[in-house]
Amino acid sequence: MNRGPSWFNITSMVMGFAFLYLPILILIIFSFNESRLVTVWAGFSTKWYGELFRNEGLMDAAWVTARVAFVSASIATVLGTLAAITLVRFGRFHGRTLFSGMVYAPLVMPEVITGLSLLLLFVAVNFDRGFWTVVIAHITFSMCFVAVVVQSRLVSFDASVEEAAMDLGCPPGKTFFVITLPIILPAVISGWMLAFTLSLDDLVIASFTTGPGATTLPMKIYSQVRLGVTPEINAVCTILIALVTIGVVTASIVTKRQEIERKRAEAAAVRADEPQQV
Amino acid sequence: MVTKGTAAKKAAPRKTAAKAAPRKAAAASARSKAKSEASSGQPGKVGPVRRTFAPWNDPAAKPFILYENITKRFGDFVAVDDLTLGIYEREFFSLLGPSGCGKTTLLRMLAGFETPTEGRILLDGQDISTVPPYRRPVNMMFQSYALFPHMSVADNIAFGLKQDKMPKGEIADRVDEMLKLVKLEPFKTRKPHQLSGGQRQRVALARSIAKRPKVLLLDEPLGALDKKLREQTQFELTDLQQQLGLTFLIVTHDQEEAMTVSDRIAVMNQGNIIQVSTPAEMYEYPNSRYVADFIGDINLIEGTIASVSRGKVTVETADAGKLVVNQDLKADKGQKAWIAIRPEKVRIALKKPAARTDNVMSGEVWDIGYLGDVSTYHVKLPAGSTVKALQTNATRLIERPITWEDQAWLSFSPDGAVVLLS
Amino acid sequence: MAQHQDRNGRRLVIAVPYLWLLVFFLVPFLIVLKISFSQIAVAMPPYTPTFSLGEGWNGLVAAFKELSFDNYIWLTEDDLYIRSYLSSLWIAFVSTVITLLVGYPVAYGMARAPSHWRATLLMLVILPFWTSFLIRVYAWIGILKPEGLLTVVLQTIGILSPDEQVRVLNTTTAVYIGIVYSYLPFMVLPLYSALEKLDGSLLEAAEDLGCHPLKAFWVITFPLSLPGVIAGCFLVFIPAVGEFVIPDLLGGSETLMIGKTLWAEFFSNRDWPVSSAVAVILLLVLILPIVLFQRAQQRAQEREAG
Repeated sequence: MNRGPSWFNITSMVMGFAFLYLPILILIIFSFNESRLVTVWAGFSTKWYGELFRNEGLMDAAWVTARVAFVSASIATVLGTLAAITLVRFGRFHGRTLFSGMVYAPLVMPEVITGLSLLLLFVAVNFDRGFWTVVIAHITFSMCFVAVVVQSRLVSFDASVEEAAMDLGCPPGKTFFVITLPIILPAVISGWMLAFTLSLDDLVIASFTTGPGATTLPMKIYSQVRLGVTPEINAVCTILIALVTIGVVTASIVTKRQEIERKRAEAAAVRADEPQQV
Repeated sequence: MVTKGTAAKKAAPRKTAAKAAPRKAAAASARSKAKSEASSGQPGKVGPVRRTFAPWNDPAAKPFILYENITKRFGDFVAVDDLTLGIYEREFFSLLGPSGCGKTTLLRMLAGFETPTEGRILLDGQDISTVPPYRRPVNMMFQSYALFPHMSVADNIAFGLKQDKMPKGEIADRVDEMLKLVKLEPFKTRKPHQLSGGQRQRVALARSIAKRPKVLLLDEPLGALDKKLREQTQFELTDLQQQLGLTFLIVTHDQEEAMTVSDRIAVMNQGNIIQVSTPAEMYEYPNSRYVADFIGDINLIEGTIASVSRGKVTVETADAGKLVVNQDLKADKGQKAWIAIRPEKVRIALKKPAARTDNVMSGEVWDIGYLGDVSTYHVKLPAGSTVKALQTNATRLIERPITWEDQAWLSFSPDGAVVLLS
Repeated sequence: MAQHQDRNGRRLVIAVPYLWLLVFFLVPFLIVLKISFSQIAVAMPPYTPTFSLGEGWNGLVAAFKELSFDNYIWLTEDDLYIRSYLSSLWIAFVSTVITLLVGYPVAYGMARAPSHWRATLLMLVILPFWTSFLIRVYAWIGILKPEGLLTVVLQTIGILSPDEQVRVLNTTTAVYIGIVYSYLPFMVLPLYSALEKLDGSLLEAAEDLGCHPLKAFWVITFPLSLPGVIAGCFLVFIPAVGEFVIPDLLGGSETLMIGKTLWAEFFSNRDWPVSSAVAVILLLVLILPIVLFQRAQQRAQEREAG
């Protein structure tokens, strides 16, 4: 569509984005409120942030969450990338239908079911629940998201590039590392970021699969939220939002820069190709 | 699309009969005089085709479409710059130019998708500048065809008729008629994505003429087709225009397409019209180096005016001394000028030609392009410029063929060239 | 030799994710299925029978004999479960419709925005998607609670008298707001990508043929955005049915949703067999929309390829 937006379009967009952002904005604003009440503004203060850092339970939970997210995202990225390659490059093989079913199903599976089923597995094999069970659970569902992200990049790039490498004598394994991986790297990185935030955000699956000593931040927040709205929780949420926003905005600026750079180079190349006109 | 048999011709008489506008012998009209100085004074019998449809030469004829001092700006960019142009009823008119020259903007202003910044557009004497596109009696065939992907061929063609609340039965009849016209009856229920490029083009055409618009606008109508199909469709388009008696306004960057289909062509550059004339005049008497270079292949030899007399211009060139062209031209002695000569009008020989009246140049054969039916010879003149000569390969065996580095003689008649001042 | 290595490498690439998903996705499901046929027991694990390979084939057969449909019968006897399922489906359906109504104009506006704006707008839609679900739901509690911001605002502008309070939190309305809010990006993104692909010349062609722009929206734009509408609706509907956090935090006791029921059954009643049965039924309920969704996606992909 190439025609400019009408007033109706602009109004609906403004209202839509206001709906999306106002609640978050209010939450952030009240994390700087002097008063414990979260509805009456009593002046600017950062005291809740200070309190936050003295709250050992929250800090422990944050540390656990960060470690879970990092480990699970890293392993999920490897597994998800392998799954994507399997789906895109290996054509038919025995059990492919089951495999693609298992890759796509977790995307739409209600979290309560995923959580419950993994817990029952850990109980059945008598695996001690804790840090590693949460990691395994997070790997399992986030690797599928990674697979989808990487897959879409793999589909859109020309397989003949890989064939050319092999034609020039590069063995398949090496071809993957010197040709395929550099090309799909942006997708792999955004897959990792997605896996990381999914793990960071997850409450339901972690609640099912966790054990003693592995309380994650969302679980901590959840148990406090049930008791009511407090400025400390607002502060925690603000920090999390800030981290995620910085990450996403940076990533999108970097990709946009690259895109502009590429387009400029392409345009220059096209100009170089054109015959000089009189 | 249309059978080229006699029956079809009777039903829809050819240009000769239908458009029997009396041709004024008074050479080019005032308009073309104003537009093209270089071609002024040249008789209308230019090129191999005799035309009898020429309302633009008739001072009494009123343009059917009139762009009046139209300017269109997009921000700082001037797409169309104070342009005036008249197009006559039943004319097949082409706007020709490179991309970004304003031709598409001109077309879209007539369709109603762009509003002129200044000036007005008259259709059949009425100002349509403020009429929204869905109320204008013109239809457009889009460059991308813009076929509705979720509707069948028949529904696409019926779309415009449905908007007019035409009774169902009549719509069905008209759709069938259109399908027959473009020979797509078997594809009635197909969706656009099930059709080939040529078939899609014909659906788009059928859809845009189904409402019998006063003017049909065609935006690069054949651009997406391959060469063979394009050539065939060009002729079908002209036949269709004859048969329906519509006014066609076509936008194209393909000069061959414009030459084949049009009654008149307007060559545009940077929002201005450079020249408006029939294809043959445009080819034989371009009014500027821009037009000369844009239409077909041409040699330009730079020089200065040595003398001007009635019907004769002499140009002093560094490459070949004095060259003579038969032309009425207003120019001053010493003024910079270019002799424009088409390659097919340049003869090449190894011996100095005998004819005294012809212009003669000599140089070294630099390159030869053998194309089967013709060969082009690139000859480098002493002062450094290259002149191309085109020769028909009329016989198979040649006693002494011309080869690289041969010293060759080029000649052309004073009637074959034009002197251009810009 | 090299050929042999290649094949081994290929096998390894397939085997690692395959085995992982088998062990941690498929097998757990079979366990859920099996436990749903078991009985509750005061033990750890709190169900019987437990399979143990040590007892050999006979032990396995004996264990199988103990399996029963009791849990499923129980689900039909207590109307709590049936009401939870139905109410989940209904809430998910209503929320999906509202999300569509809110999301379509936004996506439409984005698609018509100048192209240099679009990347930014797109990021603005995606950004909330990256922030925690829990945080976004939590943000609404502060707004909707009786002494919350909404009350304050409405009192200030005089719609509510100072002693009145909005009663939205802990009602189904709050659940609708929460679902629409949380899932809006899932609706907007597919709609946007469908609308953005729409060729502007189609609308011009419709207008050129005499169609009023408003009518052109209904005969051209909307039908062509249907794949996006369908994808968006499924992306909202399917997860909304099994939603737990939103009804738990925003809904009240009268808001029945199956995810919440399952959670309560598992954590409060510690009845693992019944919660397994609830999960199995939930999955069965969702299989139809999931299959329909996959089909629609596949068709869309084929259309794009063809």
